[in-house]
Amino acid sequence: MSARFDEHGILVVGASLAGLRACAALRKHGYDGRLTVIGDEPHLPYDRPPLSKEFLAGGTDGADLPLPVAGLGITWQLGRRATRLHLAARTVEVDDGTRFPFDGLVIATGSTARPWPAAPAGVHTLRGLDDARSLRAALRRDGRLLVIGAGFVGSEVAATARGAGVDVTVVDPAPQPLHRAVGEAAGEFVAALHRQAGVDLRTSTKVVSLEGVRKLTGARLSDGTEVPATAAVVALGSAPATGWLAGSGLDITAGVRCDRHARVLRRDGTPAPGVVAAGDVTRWPHPWADAPGVTLGHWSHAAEQAETAAHSLLFPGAPASYRPVPSFWSDQYDVKFRSVGLPALADSADVREYDLGARRLDVAYFRQGRLIGALTGNRVARIAAYRAQLAADLEGR
Amino acid sequence: MKIQVDMDLCESHGQCVFAAPAIFSFDDDDNLVHAETADESLRDAVEKAAAACPVRAIRIEAATGDAAA
Repeated sequence: MSARFDEHGILVVGASLAGLRACAALRKHGYDGRLTVIGDEPHLPYDRPPLSKEFLAGGTDGADLPLPVAGLGITWQLGRRATRLHLAARTVEVDDGTRFPFDGLVIATGSTARPWPAAPAGVHTLRGLDDARSLRAALRRDGRLLVIGAGFVGSEVAATARGAGVDVTVVDPAPQPLHRAVGEAAGEFVAALHRQAGVDLRTSTKVVSLEGVRKLTGARLSDGTEVPATAAVVALGSAPATGWLAGSGLDITAGVRCDRHARVLRRDGTPAPGVVAAGDVTRWPHPWADAPGVTLGHWSHAAEQAETAAHSLLFPGAPASYRPVPSFWSDQYDVKFRSVGLPALADSADVREYDLGARRLDVAYFRQGRLIGALTGNRVARIAAYRAQLAADLEGR
Repeated sequence: MKIQVDMDLCESHGQCVFAAPAIFSFDDDDNLVHAETADESLRDAVEKAAAACPVRAIRIEAATGDAAA
């Protein structure tokens, strides 16, 4: 039943959580052949969520970031960026032209932050460890930070920087932070947290231009005002890292398109033999989402889909199915936000608790009258109950 | 098997409660509570819970005390 990878073994492209979890699952299922991981960063896999929180605040030196890799028997090819997939020849080419042959392939290249075009020095994005290190150094040097975009990364960075005593301005074109992800009420709750903490929050506003000849000095906004800034974080979301797959024959429209078994689909809609994918880079079907499915940047999604991908690669005759109740978290100020389901796909919301003083929030999200997600602030016991309800709904579909 | 949770690491992500609700739960004050031992029949669920913890706070030990996860 299991597939054979005797000649070249299994190649994993992407050395973050999804790639590492795929390796661990392959070994757990008994695969003892050659296992090679290509990563574009010079670092072994590390934990990313603290980069916008504890690590950025300086509360840790990063010694706790590395993920455990011992005992997996991985050959690491770090600091090498995949540039091309030759599907028929079954090789992956990297930036110096070297080609790595494979019998089985796991695509786990994640996503990249959308940059600001032609930015002066002092403008950062935040995806990797090196990004976080340079931003942390900038925040220590001087104290006026501009955060462009009030999504999860932008809001977490603003909260962390404010907690470290930095003057922070946040600019977002939406009427509330996190508007698209969690809607109006939850967004207003986060807006209130920012304002209470002394963040200069400018909603329904765009950054028109960044000022500074060589080094950032400030920004011009769509309402005609100017804000001074010595550092900026561009937090305008991310895009699946699929550039290296152009021309490969795979369907990379808005992410690497997978089926529910984490098998990668070609442009004709059929699975490419021996090729699976996991994590932020994928677009995949979910019973709650319309075709062609969802793309998620959640920690749990990367970890769980990688297990499915590994199983489907090893046992092509009996592939596993991936039908999770998605979940994510975001810690901002003294509030632990926890979410389950897919609140971004809701068409209505029911605010069940909104207590800014007690720092508590409870919002249920519905799509066509059925529960599709929930978000709580400092109410973790309730999120477990919502999760159970959503899991029961999935069972029935 | 024995189950240990490092409460200094625990950040109440709830992933263990989702994976093994028979072992892990939250009390009314949102504190994590868990069974300290579990029958071997629950090993799969407990291992899933340990793997799902984003801060790696859960350890599973065999009855002899050998660390297994």
